[in-house]
Amino acid sequence: MWLDLVARLARRLRGAPGARGGFLVPSRRRRGTPKIDVRRVGHRFGNEVVALRDVNIEVHAGEFVCLVGPSGCGKTTLLYALAGHLDPSGGRISIDGVRVKGPGPDRLLVFQEPALFPWLSVRQNVMFPLRAQGLSRAEADRRAREFISLVHLDGFEDTLSHQLSGGMRMRVQLARALALDPAVLLMDEPFAALDAQTRSHMHVLLQRIWLRDRKTVVFVTHDVREALVLGDRVVVMAARPGRVLHDLEVRLPRPRDPDDEALVELSRQVRDELRRAEGEGAPPPGGAEEEGDARLAEDRGARDRPAADLGAPL
Amino acid sequence: MLADGRLLHAAARSLGRLAQGYLLSAAIGVPLGVVMARRPGVNAALRPVVLGLQALPSICWLPLAILWFGLSEIAILFVVVMGSLLAIAIATEDAVCGIDPVLLRVAGTLGIRRVRFVAGVLLPAALPGVLTGLKLGWSFAWRALMAGELLFVAGGLGQLLQAGREVLDAAQVMGVMVAIVAIGVLIDRVLFRVLELRVRRRWGLAEAV
Repeated sequence: MWLDLVARLARRLRGAPGARGGFLVPSRRRRGTPKIDVRRVGHRFGNEVVALRDVNIEVHAGEFVCLVGPSGCGKTTLLYALAGHLDPSGGRISIDGVRVKGPGPDRLLVFQEPALFPWLSVRQNVMFPLRAQGLSRAEADRRAREFISLVHLDGFEDTLSHQLSGGMRMRVQLARALALDPAVLLMDEPFAALDAQTRSHMHVLLQRIWLRDRKTVVFVTHDVREALVLGDRVVVMAARPGRVLHDLEVRLPRPRDPDDEALVELSRQVRDELRRAEGEGAPPPGGAEEEGDARLAEDRGARDRPAADLGAPL
Repeated sequence: MLADGRLLHAAARSLGRLAQGYLLSAAIGVPLGVVMARRPGVNAALRPVVLGLQALPSICWLPLAILWFGLSEIAILFVVVMGSLLAIAIATEDAVCGIDPVLLRVAGTLGIRRVRFVAGVLLPAALPGVLTGLKLGWSFAWRALMAGELLFVAGGLGQLLQAGREVLDAAQVMGVMVAIVAIGVLIDRVLFRVLELRVRRRWGLAEAV
């Protein structure tokens, strides 16, 4: 039944009107060591709720990967596990081959709330973590100004964060994260609390910055269109238990316009698919991956595991 | 009394003592509060003791202080410290526990740790609450000092009050009482109020006027 569903989706996506040449195709496994390797990660909260089950994702350096799915699909849990703020109860997450243990300066988490230090000015907010990393005052100041200017906040260097608008605060947070030059940027629904107009400005800004720096980004969102605008790859997740439904590659030229016809059509398809997956309930235990994915074969063992340990209600 | 400088002299003596005792209890109370908030083990061990002792009026420490330290300045400092330390520690603990968890998480992800974390994130984030505790601690210290000086002959405003009673000079008694109130109001309403308002404004907790 499940494979059938996957096959149907694959057919739909390939045969879709927007799929001339395929704008959205199942992503293929790439060669080389991935930057971020998520292997058979599972997590449950208090031995009851299965937040993640058998999640496998590879992210390569310079990729922009969006995790999209309904609330409760474990996308934020997965992101926090990547950041090291949470230790998954099963599986392994490694970055550059090194297992993630605790937060580290190589990957920065950007929050939905601006999370600025309210007693510091914009410039001091950007400078503070730079100084903590041992940069000299002059160097930290120079970098702070550079990145404040990158997010178009020139002239607001000495403003306090509560005197800024929501979008401006988010830009300060972005500048603060980028100034630290992390190898990996982990973003937890950073624009969800912004109004539509500001959000689309942020999309343009983030795309421009990403095209400039080509950082590895893992971006969590519940907004399918946002994921399609920003991501090279869109990992579609489903809830109860949190699992990967599809791993899709977005082949639309950048910079992308959220009102682009093809993009709107693709987002409608993905949303339909998500709704259908939710309607049909949980699939049989085991890896939920694209057909033809090499990982499926590896996960056969997991498939045969009894369902007793999956936290079913009494 | 005012003319012959006795009042001024006594007030200076009291304030000097207060400053010593108060600084000491702030220096112990704030770190104690931070540790209690951040270390569950310490909290479990100390919280019942701290809350229990808070119910004890500070002047009740005087007999013990005299037994331990004799009729010395240290005894009266001890009373002042015991009077304000716990209030400061409890308020600091509350303030640190009440810090927005997002700020703590962001500090973690930005790689801010140890001394820089405590001095640069924890204390500033808790400062509005800590300040309230310091204000409360100050008024406790002031009361403890006056009570101590009344019972304990060592100069200062409290003793001047007692001296007024002994020579049946109601005017002196009332004059000293007014002085005690005036100093209390001055520091509480002027110094702390201004400080608190400035911090709250900078932290974005109060509307800038």
